Amino acid sequence: MTQTAAASPATPPAREAPLTPRQAMLRRALRHRGLIFGTTLMGIIVFVAIFAPLLTQYSPYDQDLLARMKPPVFLGGEAEHWLGTDALGRDFWSRLAYGARISLMIGIFAATISAVIGSVLGILAGYFGGRVDMAVTFLINVRLAMPVVLVALAVVALFGGSLMVVVSVLGLLLWDRFAVVLRSATMQVRKLEYVAAAEVLGASLPRVLWKDILPNVMNHLIVIFTLEMAHAIILEAALSFLGLGVQPPTPSWGLMISEGKEMLLFEPWLITIPGVALFCLVLSINMLGDAIRDVTAPEGRN
Amino acid sequence: MSDPILSIRNLTVDLPKGGDRPHAVEALSLDIQPKEIVCIVGESGSGKSITSFTTMGLLPKALTPSSGEVIFDGQDLLKISASEHAKLRGRRMAMIFQEPMSALNPCYTVGNQIEEMFEQHTDLAAAERRARTLRLLQEVHLPEPERIYTSYPHQLSGGQRQRIVIAMALALDPALLIADEPTTALDLSTQAQILHLLKELREHHSAGIMFVTHDFDVVAEIADRVVVMKEGRIVEEGTAEEVLNRPQHPYTRLLIDAVPRRTRVERDSLDGRPELLKVAGLEKTYHVKGNMFRPGRIVHACKNIEFAVRKGETLGIVGESGSGKSTLVKCLIRLEDPDEGAVWVEGTNIAAFSKRALHPYRKMIQIVFQDPYGSLNPRRTIGDQLVEGPVNFGRDRAEAMARARELMKIVRLDPEALNRYPNQFSGGQRQRICIARALMVEPKVLIADEAVSALDVSVQKEVLKLLNEIRDKMGLTVLFITHDLRVAAQVCDNLIVMQQGAIVERGTVDKVFGAPSHPYTQQLLAAQPGQGWDVPDVSKLPPVSAASGVGGVV
Amino acid sequence: MLLYILKRLGLAALVALTVSAISFSLLFLAGDPAISIAGENASSEDIAAITERYGFDRPLPVQYADWLVSAAQGDLGRSWYFDLPTTQIIGDRLGVTMTLGLLAISFALILAIPMGVAAAVRPNSLIDRAALFISVVGQAIPSFWFGLILIVVFSIKLGLVPASGSDSWKHFILPTVVLGYYATPAIMRLTRAGMIEVLSADYIRTARAKGLNPRKVLFKHALRNAVIPVISLAAVQMGFMLGGSIVVESIFALHGAGFLAWESISRNDLPVMQALILVFSMFYILFTFLADVLNAWMDPRLRVG
Repeated sequence: MTQTAAASPATPPAREAPLTPRQAMLRRALRHRGLIFGTTLMGIIVFVAIFAPLLTQYSPYDQDLLARMKPPVFLGGEAEHWLGTDALGRDFWSRLAYGARISLMIGIFAATISAVIGSVLGILAGYFGGRVDMAVTFLINVRLAMPVVLVALAVVALFGGSLMVVVSVLGLLLWDRFAVVLRSATMQVRKLEYVAAAEVLGASLPRVLWKDILPNVMNHLIVIFTLEMAHAIILEAALSFLGLGVQPPTPSWGLMISEGKEMLLFEPWLITIPGVALFCLVLSINMLGDAIRDVTAPEGRN
Repeated sequence: MSDPILSIRNLTVDLPKGGDRPHAVEALSLDIQPKEIVCIVGESGSGKSITSFTTMGLLPKALTPSSGEVIFDGQDLLKISASEHAKLRGRRMAMIFQEPMSALNPCYTVGNQIEEMFEQHTDLAAAERRARTLRLLQEVHLPEPERIYTSYPHQLSGGQRQRIVIAMALALDPALLIADEPTTALDLSTQAQILHLLKELREHHSAGIMFVTHDFDVVAEIADRVVVMKEGRIVEEGTAEEVLNRPQHPYTRLLIDAVPRRTRVERDSLDGRPELLKVAGLEKTYHVKGNMFRPGRIVHACKNIEFAVRKGETLGIVGESGSGKSTLVKCLIRLEDPDEGAVWVEGTNIAAFSKRALHPYRKMIQIVFQDPYGSLNPRRTIGDQLVEGPVNFGRDRAEAMARARELMKIVRLDPEALNRYPNQFSGGQRQRICIARALMVEPKVLIADEAVSALDVSVQKEVLKLLNEIRDKMGLTVLFITHDLRVAAQVCDNLIVMQQGAIVERGTVDKVFGAPSHPYTQQLLAAQPGQGWDVPDVSKLPPVSAASGVGGVV
Repeated sequence: MLLYILKRLGLAALVALTVSAISFSLLFLAGDPAISIAGENASSEDIAAITERYGFDRPLPVQYADWLVSAAQGDLGRSWYFDLPTTQIIGDRLGVTMTLGLLAISFALILAIPMGVAAAVRPNSLIDRAALFISVVGQAIPSFWFGLILIVVFSIKLGLVPASGSDSWKHFILPTVVLGYYATPAIMRLTRAGMIEVLSADYIRTARAKGLNPRKVLFKHALRNAVIPVISLAAVQMGFMLGGSIVVESIFALHGAGFLAWESISRNDLPVMQALILVFSMFYILFTFLADVLNAWMDPRLRVG
């Protein structure tokens, strides 16, 4: 509709030159409230995770049986343990701060493993179609048919709950969405004529995939990465909560909620605080993902 | 003359802020009489559709009429409430849309969708509704109305669906019928039938018809009166005879001059030139996958295709959608592997080459595609995409970049634009870039696959001119793929007509147009709109007089 | 059609087979199952006896083939813990899980579809923002924590509903909310996005051009098309939910198959775990098949050629 009719041939692009894709993206990013909120919240959590040793006075493992179950300051506690202490007298703030490291690490590593598996499968299936697609679709179906929580719990129970095991299991279980989304995104991009043009211009297969396919499905990949990172973090917390994830005394937020469950009746803050932390982290990642999807929507027909 | 059915006075519709102009439609006045077909002509973005949507009350929320009147049935449509406007729609005014494929709801039978008109606006009993619906189906000449009645939209062809939409529009015998590019998405022969149907309806119904189009040949076919729009304003208005034959406004003249006609300059004889590309016995079949309820089937897209092109020749390959011309192209550039047959390029048969063996031959055949928006990678600069080809064939990047700058000048674009991204160019400019990209590897054969079909006529004309120039300057051989016989006639030396995967007619342009041998070609030629109209030679018209109301209401 | 269904069933069988093979090798590769049965402190004679009795010394593929042959006859092995057929144990528990799944998916649909539709009809309105809030929160809130919070508020503080057990319908309220809320965001987003897309479709413009009243345009023409993908998503979600019931059931001590899974994991009862994985994946396969059938039933483009 708004396409300029009959732009005279000799003149460069009409009116004020539109922005390059990158500039347009930046402009949209700076206007996106969700992005700003998500980044800030995420920034705070990442900051706490990185500088946990500087931000805390106590080790997350040190027990002080004389100072058990101290309430946080806003419930009448003392400044010494401003978020209180748990049933073993460990400083709750320290455990929370170090717990951010666990959650972030699990999220990032598990999502990375899934991203590699899922996007390779998805892009190949979408690009080649036919038998390759059939094989990948079959693998996706097998993966989807496996109940994630049950399999993850069983494997962690049998192989032991080290961080390595949890990350690998989650990474190997969460690649389906990467594969599904990138498969269909690649199929769409593959139909576009610039891909055909590149092939006709003698571009090799890796070159087409790298230069023409990947950059144009990248936004999907990033969005799914955030989703799966959040997914992995929640799953780890759930596994640890059920006692079959990261093992005590590691300061995992899921584990903290599980330990606090015993005191549910009298000290509900013990589960509220790590729960809120978990909620904030996942919320910030999801908001970031949504924002990235809005901001990177491909520039096309005006 | 009786009172007009529709009378638009000084209508202005605002565009949202930040657009390329403040108004979509500006100070527009227009009358439509009963039994009169008024064509609103203009290129994309001229505001012609906005006018029709304003009348129907179907404007998108972002657009608002800011002043003027739209008088219909004695009331101003801009002043009545949305629900009052809705009561007029369907009953007193009806609309036919451009895209018959998507204009009907896929979930309901067409009978049901036509009957809704009666359900909404009348108290007819079910049996009577059904009977009237069947009668409508008959009136728009659909075969077996009973069967069509229970069909779903996807079971019907585009032309049939457009007839359904027309039947729906006619259901309550409206006073005003608005047709927004109703034949643009249809094949030539279907277009002719639909135009014929509309003319027939003018005789049997008393409706005035507002017909929105970009195609002057269609105007010549159907219009009583013509309104020419440019950037939201009416630039010229008059009877069809006046506007078509004695256009006054320079813009109208520009558009009429761009109407594809056989104005081709005579070229040197091609006899004795060597054959550059030769295709023999090419076959291609597809397997279409079935689903739970439909078995798969096999489509024979190319049947024993055989032709040869001489060096410097432009061969037109003409066919309607589904004729197999796109598949043929894909086989030639080896995006698809032909099942059988040979494709010789300068004496080498590339049809069965492996990918590796094919590589050096790739650059001999290059292609410009139809969609100016899909054929450039939005995430790479123009320069990067132009040097892609030469770099793949081992040329030095800097050297290729220098060549890219030269080619940008040849296609009349600023070489500085190499640093820009595709979203910064218009459709016509993008096609120029695609031509430059194809030329970067110095091909012998250039395939233009519907390369100008998506462009406005004036832009189309420029691009065609450029293609001809380049062909002559570089000694290129061109395969010109199109569904539009008029365009083919303008640029081609020889023509091939394809139907259902096979070549049914071949010969020089003169022979195909003058003495077509195959019934299909005859039918195609007969279906051409605007045949009774001799396009005036704009250069021989008297100069525009200062008094002829440029840019304002005539 | 028959051929298609046969193909589809074959594929489903192949998927189930692959799932069982993967889970079998995962479960039985980890450590010595004989020790699991006998316990950490068992004597080596006991372990040898158990190994002998269950045939753990045979190569894994042979054990799997053995399991497969009996599985094909409907025998999914005997529980090591209860010494009962696993099919019987699981069968006793499935009812609770199915009830929970159906309740939860209904809860999700009843919440998500009207909100998604309302949000799509008026983008950026209050209801759109509310829908966005519910879905953003729903995606970020860990269901086990949400469950605990609900217990604190509704069982402990307000004393309205029981916190654990599965004896009456009241026991299902909180688990339904938790599990249903988990599925809500995806369904709501799809409904909203689908409605927005459909509302801008050409055939909606046609319907409006016919002068139909807005309610008819919305419910007859738009919703019918937008809801097709939602229904199939819901079926798939239902499959996921049964698998996800493990967390919810263990929080509320709801004695369903999910709770059984958790118990079996802590008891190292491998045959039950293996059987449960298979049962859950078969449910998933069944639901996706149902989704396809539903899709075709609702979409004439798939149904009539």
